[in-house]
Amino acid sequence: MSFLTVVYAFLFYVAAAVLLAGLAIKIAQYVRTPAPLKIPTTPAPVTQSGVVFRLAREVVFFESLFKGNKWIWIFGWMFHFGLFLVTLRHLRYFMDPVWLPIELVQPFGIYGGIAMVVGLAGLWARRFLVDRVRYVTNKSDHLILALLVAIGLSGLGMKFLFHVDVVSVKDFFLGLLRFQVQPLPADPLLLLHLLLVAILMIVFPFSKLLHAPGLFFSPTRNQVDNPREQRHIADWAKRLEQQE
Amino acid sequence: MAKANFEVPQLQQYAEVPAIEPGTMSHSKPFVAKPEHQEPLGFPGELVENWQEKALEKMGDLLQRYRSLRVYLDACVKCGSCTDKCHYYLGTRDPKNMPVARQDLMRKVYRRYFTLAGKYFPKLVGAEDFTKEVLDEWYSYYHQCSQCRRCSVFCPYGIDTAEISMAAREIMDHIGIGQKYCNEIIGKVYKIGNNLGLPGPALADTLEGLEEDVFDDTGVRVRYPLDQEGAEILLVTPSADFFAEPHVDGLIGYGKVFHEAGVSWTLSSYASEAANFGMFIGSYENMRRVAQRIRKAAIDLKVKRIVFGECGHAWRVAYSFLNTLAGPWDFLDPRYPVPQHICEFTYELIQQGKLRFDKSQNDDKVLTFHDSCNVARASRMGSWPGGQFDIPRAVIKAVCNHFYDMDEETIRERTFCCGGGGGLLTDDLMELRVKGAKPRVEALNNVMREKKVTHMAAICAICKSQFTKVLPYYGMEMDQIVSVHQLVSNAIILTGQRTEDEAA
Repeated sequence: MSFLTVVYAFLFYVAAAVLLAGLAIKIAQYVRTPAPLKIPTTPAPVTQSGVVFRLAREVVFFESLFKGNKWIWIFGWMFHFGLFLVTLRHLRYFMDPVWLPIELVQPFGIYGGIAMVVGLAGLWARRFLVDRVRYVTNKSDHLILALLVAIGLSGLGMKFLFHVDVVSVKDFFLGLLRFQVQPLPADPLLLLHLLLVAILMIVFPFSKLLHAPGLFFSPTRNQVDNPREQRHIADWAKRLEQQE
Repeated sequence: MAKANFEVPQLQQYAEVPAIEPGTMSHSKPFVAKPEHQEPLGFPGELVENWQEKALEKMGDLLQRYRSLRVYLDACVKCGSCTDKCHYYLGTRDPKNMPVARQDLMRKVYRRYFTLAGKYFPKLVGAEDFTKEVLDEWYSYYHQCSQCRRCSVFCPYGIDTAEISMAAREIMDHIGIGQKYCNEIIGKVYKIGNNLGLPGPALADTLEGLEEDVFDDTGVRVRYPLDQEGAEILLVTPSADFFAEPHVDGLIGYGKVFHEAGVSWTLSSYASEAANFGMFIGSYENMRRVAQRIRKAAIDLKVKRIVFGECGHAWRVAYSFLNTLAGPWDFLDPRYPVPQHICEFTYELIQQGKLRFDKSQNDDKVLTFHDSCNVARASRMGSWPGGQFDIPRAVIKAVCNHFYDMDEETIRERTFCCGGGGGLLTDDLMELRVKGAKPRVEALNNVMREKKVTHMAAICAICKSQFTKVLPYYGMEMDQIVSVHQLVSNAIILTGQRTEDEAA
């Protein structure tokens, strides 16, 4: 077993652990923290199913962003939808045999990869070209964009320029799932791609990537507009009442 | 035209997004509360010695108590969607008035002390120590947010800057740096019962005067009762309605509507204020204390229903929070929502055909309607989403012949704040108020030119006071702003009313 294989196996176990544990801790924190007041941005749904529909529109179509800015919406949606297709395409590395839907999505995954990089480039350009966005951009915002673009380009590079032994790559990941370390091909582009993905997984729970779980916990989006019909009160606020 | 010692923005035909000009409003800050304004609210009188430690402690406390704060400080990706949505940014060009930059003033402190990334890589993620300079910036820019929630409409995660600025003010109050305007007013509510400090006898006097005026005008004895036990409806209205123009014309209108409806009603001298400035300063405890006065008044006066007068932030607290803060309302008549908005009340009567109007009484006006921010984006009227837009317009159209809406991008959920909301309606922030009004006044100016609109109706005491004051800076007349129920009052035909000939 090569040293590199061991390092990468270890890296991915660590990255997966950090991602899952980090997200679990963050989500638990969001769940535990109460929303003491009814603050949906109105007009808001007046039923629970209406709220599910509102959140679904936000997740799938980025409805609020569409209202806010068409350029960010186009690039942002391109990137996220591309990433979604790419993720589906990559699921084949984690299953044997491959499910039919994943089989069918394979060619779209490639378009997704291209869309992802184009979308990211558009978003990144705005950070330089639009003075307002430039003003609020931190170094970390550039770094995350760089990381994602590099992941996309290294992935596309393996598809179109420097092919790697994907069968061995699949064996490696299937092995990890069974806690058996299988040899990983030592192609530089592959090693780079995987390293960057591991970094992304590790960074996720500590960065603005928390917007993904955050959306579902946003009181302005996930609350039902029914304050007159139903009394809403947090535990800590109830204690104020009992003190009297 | 009102004189200004600052540059009044030029109105344009097409709204444009200005280039950023850092620091244009860094000098703006409201008067700081004195110890006598702070202490009745339970806050230290002046900046405490270990303020940084205390502020971070309070921030940690709020992070445990408000999911909104926790999620919103984490979730922002700096996409830029909100950057051109705040009326204060559009009017001042100061980039720190972009919602995301305003949030970042707190986010940088949050990251530094409450996140791993900020503790170990502060430069990378824009984390900063909580220094006196940062605190001064907080004081300045968290008092340049009117908590109008326009940014939250356009944020892909629904981040509401109002939640952040409320938390910031709550933290500052807890270390002794309060805002004089808000805190002095809350103190007046505790001491006297309303924001303006009008004592019971003065209210009784005013209401008696209104009864006489309406009688002289119409020959009908419309009553404006105060503290009348056993009345069916308790009316809670902003105290500006008791004397200021055009507010008081609205109050006259409410009375006429109640009269025609044939219901008994009363005001309360104890709860003689609809507004709840506890919300502006983000203090749940103070907001609750103010709201509890309405509960006590309802119990003491043995009323069956509660109706709120025209007031924006008040309606947010009433509609969205009153059940939480002062409920449950199981002792009131369950057939009616608690509370109801006066527009809902009037609308229902109009639907039932119970009110008669002579619309020509408003023919000297061509109207438009300003959706008040907190009614539009933080509350509802009626039983359907968006009723808060439809119902006031339906009322206006029932009593006026000439009505035109402003540009669709500036009304309903996209409405611009008047520029004076959220505890900023004070003379020490005049420059901010005038500049912040620009997007709304621009849209008004456009319908004045295109549709010959003469007046703008509103349902908020702050909007009315703000426009009365700032319209003259833009070369308009202060009386171009009117109450919705002032229009109702003009047009309503009271049973047994003298005809014009008899009056003449």
